[in-house]
Amino acid sequence: MTTVDQTSPKPVAIPKKKQYQGLQREQAKWGWIFISPWVIGFLVFTLVPVIATLVFSFTNYNPVQPDNTQFIGVQNFLRMFQDAKVGKSLQVTITYALLAMPISFIFGLLLASLVNSVFLVGQHYFRTLYYMTSMIPVVAAGVIWAGVANTQTGWINLALEAIGIKGPDWLNSVVWIYPLLVMIGLWGLGNLMLTMLAGMQGVPNEIYEASMIDGANGLQRYWHITLPLITPVIFYNLTLMLIGIFKYFDMAYVLKNGTGEPNDATLFYALNFYKNSFEYNLMGYGSALAWGLFIIVLVLTALLFWSQSRWVYYAGEGRG
Amino acid sequence: MASIASNPKSTTNQREILNKVFITSIALFVLLFFMAPLGYMFTTAIKSDSQMSDPDAPPWWPHSPETFTYQGEELPLVEVPLEDGTRELAIVNKTRTESSFIDPQNPEAGEIQWEGNWRTLTPVYSPDAQWQNFRTAWEELNVPLLLRNTLIIAVFGTLGAVGSSVFVAYGFARFNFRGKNVLFMILIASIILPIQATLIPTFILFSRIGWTNTFLPLIVPHYFANAYNVFLLRQYFLQIPRELDEAAMIDGANPLRTLISVIIPQSVPALTAVSLFHFFFAWNDFFAPLVYLVARPELWPLSVGLQKFNALYGRQPNLIQTGALITLVIPVVIFFLAQRVFMQGIVFTGVEK
Repeated sequence: MTTVDQTSPKPVAIPKKKQYQGLQREQAKWGWIFISPWVIGFLVFTLVPVIATLVFSFTNYNPVQPDNTQFIGVQNFLRMFQDAKVGKSLQVTITYALLAMPISFIFGLLLASLVNSVFLVGQHYFRTLYYMTSMIPVVAAGVIWAGVANTQTGWINLALEAIGIKGPDWLNSVVWIYPLLVMIGLWGLGNLMLTMLAGMQGVPNEIYEASMIDGANGLQRYWHITLPLITPVIFYNLTLMLIGIFKYFDMAYVLKNGTGEPNDATLFYALNFYKNSFEYNLMGYGSALAWGLFIIVLVLTALLFWSQSRWVYYAGEGRG
Repeated sequence: MASIASNPKSTTNQREILNKVFITSIALFVLLFFMAPLGYMFTTAIKSDSQMSDPDAPPWWPHSPETFTYQGEELPLVEVPLEDGTRELAIVNKTRTESSFIDPQNPEAGEIQWEGNWRTLTPVYSPDAQWQNFRTAWEELNVPLLLRNTLIIAVFGTLGAVGSSVFVAYGFARFNFRGKNVLFMILIASIILPIQATLIPTFILFSRIGWTNTFLPLIVPHYFANAYNVFLLRQYFLQIPRELDEAAMIDGANPLRTLISVIIPQSVPALTAVSLFHFFFAWNDFFAPLVYLVARPELWPLSVGLQKFNALYGRQPNLIQTGALITLVIPVVIFFLAQRVFMQGIVFTGVEK
């Protein structure tokens, strides 16, 4: 790699080359100095712990009796496959994902289209106000919605009662808790809305104009131009949301005080991990669960990236 | 004079106005649903304890049962169905079969008899906001302490997160060295790594060095930059013309000097956005404080404090809503003040990818 141009016999070329190498070295030196905080942090707080988690997952480590730690082979992983709570937690997480993802995307898309509409008076105010609920801290949002969903004094059931429907017991029903969680999730759609909006605004006007000359109506334009052109934004948000659901913890914990009730219907994967690791102190088993989570997330992300070429449209080349 | 209908321009105008009314109405309708839970929070926050447990009380707005003071006694007001219509009267004597009342409008007229069980009568309510709930919740939740803890975690974390990310982003944006692209890919890929995959060893490390039950695990790790911040800042730095750096270098500034005197002053919007991201993240964070501080109530931030309060005081939903209001008011106000920069930052991270 150091075979630099040797055709020039002139002696002046050598100091120049040296000077260049010196500059390069200087560049590299400063570059490494500046990125060193991240490199150190990555090693100490990411790489080593991820590997250590794998090591722990082959032990029965318990912080209460650290001296009794033994290597127990793949027992933790075998246990994972037999543990009914793990199966339940996966079922809960997948149920929520299947319900929340389509609804969130459709609603996010509608919100973005709404605040992008030329007919909307006060666009800016609506964007800000729709986004605002995303700023509400998760615990505050949790206690607010727990109140709103209360069977006696909550506004959801009061409103339903006003139109003659007897509302369900949202917080204590193994069925209705999921629609409630999805509704709560809609409060956090600000980022999805804003990035989709930016994607829509990035669609070049000429394309719309050309399609209008071809006689396309509003719906056709939306379906054949807007949607395909914002698929990169949809892809970005889809990836983040999918990962987010497998890490879903806070809201489930706040609404039911970490119990997983009703009947384990809020025992999300991340909550089950937390209970095993920090309530039952089974950190060896918890490490195996953590790796399980890591692998699920990796596989899902890989699948999404693999599917990308089939449905994500990148204008130009070398993007993504 | 041409009629309005025959004027094509005014028809378009009419259609446009109609479209505007239609779209804006939909937006307002959606907004109503977005804001309704906040309305619930606010009205519940100023309700009295007795209203929360009173099934007859009007549910939407803070109300208290009305009373009438008669001969030194506070008597409850009820709606009594009499022959000449329902009247609001104060109960003087109550039994299951017959009760006597006094008319507050006309107490001199003497007692009015009514046959029937007094318990079937509906009390008279009047709007009554309990503003002192804020003070009660402030004290019971120990808001000053929770606020202090939250601010310590958020402010020191933000300083570290922004400072370190500026350094790292500058390194990636302006210097060439072998392996840079691979390292940047690793940085971006670390976004998908779930915190759970590193949590147990990190927790054990922190507990071995005595950092559990202190703020340090919630602050120190942020001094090592993170992917989102570095990504946003690097994109921003790349847009700053290199000629500015070079001019500073020619004047004899070293890269650190250049960063401080050229890059940072040019990047105020991006720095503001990144600072806000971390500040809100820290304010919001529930999982890490739960893991590291659960045994030390005096160190809890607002998030953990409010959750524990909710779990303990389930019978005082009004105070819980007051607590929620106190918790959300600071992030929401900061958001309104800085919304432009903040929302641009979100878009920048999400779309420029």
